[in-house]
Amino acid sequence: MTVGPIAFMALAALLFCIGLFGALTKKSAVMVLMSLELMTNAVNLNLVAISRFVTPASMAGQFAASFIIVVAAAEIGLGLALVLALYRLRRTVELDRIDRLRG
Amino acid sequence: MPDSVAVVPFVVLAVAAVGGAVMMVLVRNVVHAAFWLLEIMMAVAGLFMLLSAGFLALIQVMVYAGAVSVLVLFTVMLTLRRREDAERPLDLSWSAGLIALGVFAAVSAAVASFVPPAVSAPSVTPGVAEFGAALFTQRALPFEIASVVLLVALVGAVWWAGGDDR
Repeated sequence: MTVGPIAFMALAALLFCIGLFGALTKKSAVMVLMSLELMTNAVNLNLVAISRFVTPASMAGQFAASFIIVVAAAEIGLGLALVLALYRLRRTVELDRIDRLRG
Repeated sequence: MPDSVAVVPFVVLAVAAVGGAVMMVLVRNVVHAAFWLLEIMMAVAGLFMLLSAGFLALIQVMVYAGAVSVLVLFTVMLTLRRREDAERPLDLSWSAGLIALGVFAAVSAAVASFVPPAVSAPSVTPGVAEFGAALFTQRALPFEIASVVLLVALVGAVWWAGGDDR
């Protein structure tokens, strides 16, 4: 028994939506960044799966996924640096309590 | 290169990934959630191996399981004042669940209507050598841009997270 691209795409959609739920509900800035990483991983899985089944010789999706990994690494590094800077200023990483711009 | 993928390793890795994702969202301790994220990354690396993308699986283990998990754990440890602060309320909300379910329904409909084109797989699986050759010839410009992006991110992260004495 074997599986094709549809199974991988469904798995990636499920992972993406779990990550979306986490990013929307979590109140800790670090947890939101972790959920964003999960969503990025789901997108990468989708790209690699489609590349494997649609353009297996040119590996187009694998290149896209590798550049996405570069950007995601930059994003998580900058995001966590921002969280640290925020923690030094406000002594909290709770997103509910960072409300200086609230009207 | 076969036309499709064996089902048993796929199911094992998919259950590991989805289970880890659910646990990451539902677990109340931030440190435990970081370790569940590590488990998801390893499962996705296994799925990359299954898709005959060995180089990406290696990169996934090195970047995500090696670097990003350590970075997340460092930040969690640095922003906790007491051990009890790691335990957090569950923070579930119906509206966020509805949004996630709506996105899942839309994407599932799109996936279900996707008809994969009939592509004959090449006889030899393209490996790391072909990947590297294409990366340094056809895709040399994005490769160089990626290095600049990483350099700018490095400088920016050091600037933001650096000391107060400036």
